[in-house]
Amino acid sequence: MSKQQPPSAQPCCQQQRRTFLTRLSIGLSAVIGFMIALPGIGFVLAPVFRKPKQKWRTVGKLADFKVGGFVLVQYEDPSPVAWAGVTATAGAWIRRASESEFIAFSINCRHLGCPVRWVEDPRLFMCPCHGGVYYEDGTVAAGPPPEPLERLNVRIRAGLVEIETGPTPLTLTKLT
Amino acid sequence: MSNNSLTRIWNWIDNRIGFSDYIVPLMVHLVPDNARWWYIFGSATLCAFIVQVVTGVGLAMSYVPGGEETYQSLQYITDTAPLGSIVRGMHYYGASAMVMLAVIHMVQVFMHATYKYPREMNWMSGVVLLFVVLGMAFTGQLLRWDANGVWSVTVAAEMAGRTPIVGPTLAHFILGGETVGGSTITRFFAMHVFIMPALIFAGIGLHMLLIMRHGISEMPDVNQPVDPETYKAAYEERIHKTGVPFWPVAMWRDMVFSTLIVGVILACAIFVGPPALDPPPNPSSINANPLPDWYFLWYFAVLSLLPPQLETWVILGVPVLGFVVLFFLPLISNKGHRAPSKRPWAGGTVIFGSIAFIVLTIYGYKKPWSPDFGVKELPASVVGTDHGPLAEGAKLMHIKGCLYCHDISGYGGHRGPELTEIGKLLTRDDLIIRINNGGHNMPAFASSISDSELQLIVDFLLTRGVTQKPDDQKSATP
Repeated sequence: MSKQQPPSAQPCCQQQRRTFLTRLSIGLSAVIGFMIALPGIGFVLAPVFRKPKQKWRTVGKLADFKVGGFVLVQYEDPSPVAWAGVTATAGAWIRRASESEFIAFSINCRHLGCPVRWVEDPRLFMCPCHGGVYYEDGTVAAGPPPEPLERLNVRIRAGLVEIETGPTPLTLTKLT
Repeated sequence: MSNNSLTRIWNWIDNRIGFSDYIVPLMVHLVPDNARWWYIFGSATLCAFIVQVVTGVGLAMSYVPGGEETYQSLQYITDTAPLGSIVRGMHYYGASAMVMLAVIHMVQVFMHATYKYPREMNWMSGVVLLFVVLGMAFTGQLLRWDANGVWSVTVAAEMAGRTPIVGPTLAHFILGGETVGGSTITRFFAMHVFIMPALIFAGIGLHMLLIMRHGISEMPDVNQPVDPETYKAAYEERIHKTGVPFWPVAMWRDMVFSTLIVGVILACAIFVGPPALDPPPNPSSINANPLPDWYFLWYFAVLSLLPPQLETWVILGVPVLGFVVLFFLPLISNKGHRAPSKRPWAGGTVIFGSIAFIVLTIYGYKKPWSPDFGVKELPASVVGTDHGPLAEGAKLMHIKGCLYCHDISGYGGHRGPELTEIGKLLTRDDLIIRINNGGHNMPAFASSISDSELQLIVDFLLTRGVTQKPDDQKSATP
């Protein structure tokens, strides 16, 4: 049988020891939590902070585009993952305004991002979601969109028409 | 094996796991004998959740959460896999049942003011559970990774993007990058299959623990307003005098109702089937008609009907304010009367909320604010003739997209005013000015319509609502 400690010393030392062990356990729990969570949180948040470099994508031969109305073109987004398949496709409305000038807009409505459709005869872009309407220069004609359609850069290289990829256009709230 | 042997085996197990010591007392805890059929909705919600877990596990064994193959796996589950259509259907209708039952359960608790002392935390945990269930419903809709799913996630990202300062960060977190792509669906899969169910399991555990701690509330009585000073002692005294054991005296009603609910879910899955898949999830496809599942149609309608200057605040404010108001409700009022007859504002809130939900849902389904791209040309019976300038004007109404937004005698969209009687209301000059310049949420057509086309359209419109004479048609000829 172990020798009993003096009654006067035991509560004091035991209490200190228990307080220390409590704090040690809580502290180590926090350390374990950080070690588990930090790599996971970093991994999940990485796409938020990783800005892919935008790329020029070929959307057709120059000769394929006639001067006139808009046509829908499809191209691969700037950073497709291997398993993305068709979900890595982006779209734009492009118009050959003259022999050397092209105008391209993102297909996303600036209200809430739905795909706008070009309607040839009234020469309007119309959104099926909440009724946003845009003129052919991308400015808002009617409905709730707060901003014009996002214009995309276009260039001609070696007889090919190229569009510069861009992020999905977001309508931001500016605090002024 | 004899009964004695079975009893011995069970006693051995019971001795080790403590079923009789821990579980049986929970099962036979005393509950009020007057609640009867009022308290079946909570257990039915739990039953619907069990349906979701079981069918969800089944679906996850064939569902491929990654890019284009997601859609192919959904096609396989729906069209090829044995019983796949039924399991997917049960998961879909189970989600509807869970949302519906959770809301009904909350309305019943609200009407009976069961959230008052000492059950404030029961209510608060229930509010958190409701919002997680709605999160499950939304992420579940996106896991149906077709064209509608792609555009729904885009809308969600755009809404999050409206948040001041951190909007783009939130939007890119939702998308898994700057655009919809292969990384998007896997994020929602993780949320739908791991994170949110874990929260629901934890929430249900807490909810049940609190039910055991505070007991099932009695039916409201106008003579028994809640007084925190005396409530617990009075409740204990009453429940020991008049209470009945939950198992089996009260629980049989939960079992009957839950059986009915699962039966309806199964019947819908068999006879109606899962929702059809839209075209593949191609973010460049413009032939999509994004529409949320029925439980979010009211919000879809709100976003369409709001004045633009209020929109951002409603997009961001409604979910946050809704959560805060519901969550802190018991802290605003945790004593006093529970009887609905003494709380007319509670009844009024539920009636107003129900009517608003129904009306907005119908609006969301019809979405009259959207152009009707599928509208057909006006028939001769409406135009009054099938040749000549009037017929040409009517044809131009279709070609120029006027009918996408304007209805004439039942043909056309509803975004703009109906034009069936417009000939009585506006003059030629009024019409020309309106068409050329636009206004009142109508685009200006001056740059996309020729003078002769404008004259033909105006001539046609001036005949709407006006009795036609043979001479009128001749005079309309240029």
